[in-house]
Amino acid sequence: MTPVAISVDTPEESRDLSTKAGYTFPILSDRNTDVIRKYDLLHKGGGMQGRDISRPAEFLVDRSGTVRWRNLTEDIRVRATPEKMLEQARTLRFQAPN
Amino acid sequence: MMDCRYDRPAMARRFNTPLWSGLVLVFIAIFSYLFLFVRWPMTRDVPWTAFVLFVVALALMVIGFRRTERKVFASIVMTIGIGVMAFFTFGMLVISKLLPASQGSPAAGAKAPDFTLPDTNHHNVTLSQLVAMPGSNGVLLIFYRGYW
Repeated sequence: MTPVAISVDTPEESRDLSTKAGYTFPILSDRNTDVIRKYDLLHKGGGMQGRDISRPAEFLVDRSGTVRWRNLTEDIRVRATPEKMLEQARTLRFQAPN
Repeated sequence: MMDCRYDRPAMARRFNTPLWSGLVLVFIAIFSYLFLFVRWPMTRDVPWTAFVLFVVALALMVIGFRRTERKVFASIVMTIGIGVMAFFTFGMLVISKLLPASQGSPAAGAKAPDFTLPDTNHHNVTLSQLVAMPGSNGVLLIFYRGYW
């Protein structure tokens, strides 16, 4: 299982984050919120200076491209913990991230 | 003689330690949440550390208020403290939950909409290719708010 993170940040901003935190998984940049809209996750004016951003959400997608698990929060501070996501992945028999 | 003259007004205007430490504690509660406790889910999801410190801060301010004869001044300080606590609590319990509904996001069993987006090196990444990569066993998509 590969984690893939998506936000409205530029590739450069994400690279800074990635370098600082030592992440090795892909971080994708959805500047125009096209994909965020596709997943109906747009938080209009939710960002700084009223920018449109993504609401926090997590999806486990299997090899066929089917969603197997989804977590939508009702509070921007409350998100699925890494432990919770790994547990879900194990339950659904995804391999652990390498 | 001299001691008496200078002591009395000094006594009357003695520093109100409980009142001021109560106010300072209000800000410590908020900043400790924003810069420290926000890092762990246990202390982030519900800001109980701040709420516990708020209770102590309020108790200190009440003690300070009862002790002083300058009630008007003390009530102004208390109002500021309570106002700041109310604002923080409102932000945590109300503003942070102001999320638009998401009826259209793919639930379990639905097809994940395919997409292509640039990674940190401006290389395009396509979901359908990523999930089908040799050795892949699926993908965990994490949408997040960004800029940190």
